[in-house]
This record gives sequence, structure tokens and C-alpha cells, in this order.
Amino acid sequence: MSTHTLRAKRRRSALRTVAFLSPWLIGFGVFFAYPLVSTVYFSLMKYDGFGTPVFRGLDNWAYVFNDYPLFWPALRNTLWLVLVMVTCRVVFGLGIGLLITKIKTGTGVFRTLFYLPYLAPPVAATLAFVFLLNPGTGPVNSVLDGLGLPTPGWFTDPAWSKPALTALALWGVGDLMVIFMAALLDVPKEQYEAAELDGTSAWQRFRYVTLPNISPIVMFAVVTGVIQTMQYYTQPLVAGKVASGIIGGSGQQFEPGYPDKSTLTLPQLVYNLGFQRFDYGSACVVALVLFALAMAFTALLMRRRGGLIQAGD
Amino acid sequence: MTQVLDKPVQLGTPTVAERTARRKALLEWIAIHSLGIAAALFFTLPFVFVVLTSLMSDQQALTRDLVPDTWQWSNYTKVFDTPGFLTWWKNTLIYAGLGTVLTVVSSVPVAYALAKFRFRGRNVALMLVISMMMLPPQVVIIPMYLFWAKQLDLSGSLWPLIIPMAFGDAFSIFLLRQFLTTIPNEYLDAAKVDGCGELRTLLKVVLPMARPGIAAVALFQFFYAWNDYFGPQIYASENPGAWTLSYGLESFKGAHHTDWNLTMAATVLVMAPVIVVFFFAQKAFVEGVTLTGVKG
Repeated sequence: MSTHTLRAKRRRSALRTVAFLSPWLIGFGVFFAYPLVSTVYFSLMKYDGFGTPVFRGLDNWAYVFNDYPLFWPALRNTLWLVLVMVTCRVVFGLGIGLLITKIKTGTGVFRTLFYLPYLAPPVAATLAFVFLLNPGTGPVNSVLDGLGLPTPGWFTDPAWSKPALTALALWGVGDLMVIFMAALLDVPKEQYEAAELDGTSAWQRFRYVTLPNISPIVMFAVVTGVIQTMQYYTQPLVAGKVASGIIGGSGQQFEPGYPDKSTLTLPQLVYNLGFQRFDYGSACVVALVLFALAMAFTALLMRRRGGLIQAGD
Repeated sequence: MTQVLDKPVQLGTPTVAERTARRKALLEWIAIHSLGIAAALFFTLPFVFVVLTSLMSDQQALTRDLVPDTWQWSNYTKVFDTPGFLTWWKNTLIYAGLGTVLTVVSSVPVAYALAKFRFRGRNVALMLVISMMMLPPQVVIIPMYLFWAKQLDLSGSLWPLIIPMAFGDAFSIFLLRQFLTTIPNEYLDAAKVDGCGELRTLLKVVLPMARPGIAAVALFQFFYAWNDYFGPQIYASENPGAWTLSYGLESFKGAHHTDWNLTMAATVLVMAPVIVVFFFAQKAFVEGVTLTGVKG
């Protein structure tokens, strides 16, 4: 084959690749690269949506870090959610996954029941939990009261609002259950049999056989859990709005992070600054903080490629 | 199994060791299934309480009662009669339906190229897809909002949410790519020997084999649109005629301040379709969850 036809062939194959990728190439440019650059630009500008943006240097950054009263509470809440909610979800998801692999009668029914809450639309699930955990007349406090136990204020008490959100997150643990279940069934049976012959206890078998085998999946669950926490928006926002009893809907003002800023997360700040205060510049500063955090954890996930990316040809 | 066969068959009374082993197995069965039932209660009781409350009178829904005195099925017709509720249904179906079709059509060729073509920069492209997938939508919302609202004057509608789906969705591309890499190359080579170009190979050979993956992506995308709150809040909040169910549901609670019975009935009506769809497509769904997580 002459070099001429070879080159033509190569050009054709490059064109073909571009053609197949074209929807995403356009999407990447218009909905990712351009707005990201634009976000950096606006983070240096004073702009309220009208007139022309005015250059302000790092003023927006200084405002967000030093004077914006919601930034540090939101960051502290995020840290709490990463430490407590993600940990609880991974431990509980692993527990439910273990349980479902041990259940021998009616496995299909149990699995479906455990999985269903994960599918409940977040707004609907949050409304349901605000009702269930209603401090005065909600079913949960009715039961707790009947048992003579204390009845917390849940979504209306700053000390209990994040535990209440954690309960909601545990209810929807079905995604982790499925992932852990698949991982647990992949652990080689021979290793359990060998350990059993050595006279090990059930805990020892879990500690020295199960855990080492599934540790990549545990890591995957932790890191994706952290990334999801960076995006945590609908549940805390709806819980705060509904519990505060203030009518939501067409852009009315409401107290962000009710009660007492305890349900604020970083994505809510972008909404608060951009769409309630019309301070687009400062909104972009928070957006970039969020971007940096999300990308740091995504990089962590991709460093261990085995768990996420299947080898191509 | 081999252990059982190795032992001599005993027809008489079981030995003490055997009896304790059997008793231990029975106790374990009971313990595990008790735990299973406790967990099942945790996962199902919220649904049960919501449904029970949705059938109470508005007075009773404000009390500590758990079971309705009179079963008011009319609560559900009242919800449907609420102004706007049917419009929200229609908007949600348009957003979820059209969005799903556009996403699948635009994502399949991209995923196929990333899975099966050899080209420079393929790994970089894949990394970028994953980065887009992990990006919280709030990060780029300010320029995106200015773009749709100020430049194209499309705020107050769902088009700013539907149109981008014609340009590939990162999560769908990633999931489909994971699925398509599992298709053996022999099938593609055979098609090419038969004289098929890449497009014909994709349409005639790959698509039929990728049906489970496409089903999973379509389901996830449908659910995403159904559940989306942030998107409609940004672009549609100013125009109640463009609200979706997920967005409208919260304002429903606002408008029916103390009517927990009606709010819970509306909640049931937003949850129910998702659960019905799940029962029809359970396998595709669970497969999709596993595919994004553990295949490796």
C-alpha cells in the first residue's frame, strides 16, 4: 500500500472518530469548558445581571471568605456530612449487603424492599421524612413517646437536623447495598472454607477474608459518597424550607439553612448568592471552591483506575 | 456438598455433635431472618405511614393517630383537581421522555467511539467525561443561566434543561462505554468482513447487543429528569406553567400548609410512577448500578 492511500485512510478514520464524538465535543465546549472559564471570569467581576460587569479583582473572594456569613457554616456542615453521613451510609450499606447475602428464604422480596427507598424522588422522600419526623405529631416521635424515650425536634432543631438528614440518607442506601452485594458474592468461596477449617470465628473471617477482598469497593463507596456530599442540595434545601413552614415556590425569600444554618451546603450558597442576592461574582467564587473540592476527590477516584474504568481495547 | 457425601450415612439417632450443629444452623437462620425483617420494617414503614396519612381526614392527619378512622380516597381526586397538578405531570413527562430519547441518541455513538475506536487522546477524553460526570451542576450554573436567560431568552421554560441532552450526557456516556467494552471485538470484525462501515456496524450489530445497557441508561435518565429539582428551580420557577412534579410538590406543601393528608397523597402520586417503572424494569436497573460501580 502506498503512503498516499495510507494517509488518506488515516485521515478518514480521524474524521470518523470526530463524527462519532461530535455530540459530546460540542456539549463539552458549550456546557463545560466555556462556562467554567466564564465562572473564573465572573468571580473577578461585580455583576448583578444588568449593565456591564465591573472588574473587582479579588474583592469577591475576600467577601466570601471573610464577610459572607453563610460560607463557613456551610463548609462545617459539609465536613460533618462527610465524616458522619458518608461513614454511616458505607457501614450501613455494607451491613445490609452482608445481610442480604446471608438471607436464604425470600431473598428477592427482601432485596426489592431494601432497594425501593433509593428510588423515591428526593423531594417526595424529604417531604415524607419531614412529616414522619414532625416533632409534635409525627409517627416516629409518637412511637418514641409511647416507649418513654426522648422526642427530639429533628428538622426543627439545629442539633438534630443533620442526624435527621442522615436517617433519610440511610433509608436510601439501596445503591450501596447492590454494589456491596455484588462484591461480596465475588469473594472466592475457597478462602472462606480454608478459614473455617482453621477454626476461625465469624468476626475473624469477616476481618481477614471479606474486608481485604472488598476493600477497593469500600474505597469506591467512600470517595463517591464524598463527591455526592459536595453535590448535596435538594434534600437539605427542601427539608429546611418545609420544616420552617415558609411557602416555597416562585423565588420567595426563605431563611437559608433552617434551623440556624444547620442544613446549609455549598451548592445552596451558589443559589443564595446568585439567585437571591444577585451577586453573580461571589456566587462564582463559591462555585469554584465547589469545583476544586469535587475535582480533588474525582482525581483520587481516578488514581485507582481499577475500580472505575474498565480497560478498553 | 462434598463434606456431606464424605460422611457415612447415619440412619439412627444423630450424634450430639450433629445435633448441636443443626441447632446452631437453625438459630443462625432465625437470627438472620429476624434482622432481615427488622431491616424490612425500617425500609417499608415510611411508605406505609405516608400512604396511611394520605387517606386520613385533614383533622386526623394533625393528630398522633397512625391509622385512618375513615378512609378518604377522595384526597387523591382532590390532589388531581388542584390547579396546575396535571400541567406538572405533562411537563415532567415531556422533560423526562424527550430528555431520555435525546440523551440515548446522542450518547450511544460517543460511548461506542470511546469503547471501540483507537485514537490518540482517548484516555484524556474518558477522563474529561468522568470529570463532567462528577461536576456539581451548581459550578457552572451562573454562566449557563446567563446564556439561556439573557442570550436566548428561554428562562421560564424547560428547554434549557432539555436541549443540552442532545449533546451527550456524561453519566450515560460513561455507563454505555462500560457496557460496550464488554462486547467482544470478534462480532465487530465479522461485521466489517461482511462489508459494514462503522455506522452500520453500530446500528446492526452493536445496538441489538447493547439493549440492556441502553435500557439502564434510559431508566437512569428518566429518573434523573423526574427527580430533578435544581434545574426546574433555576429555569422554570418564575413560570408555574413550566413546573415539574418534583418542583411543584414542594410548593404544594406550601399552599396546603396544614393539610398533611393532601400533601402525603401528592407525595404518593410523585413516588408511585417511579416504583411502577422499577417493577417493570428491575433487572436493567440493578445491572446499571452494578455496572457503574464494580465492573473492572
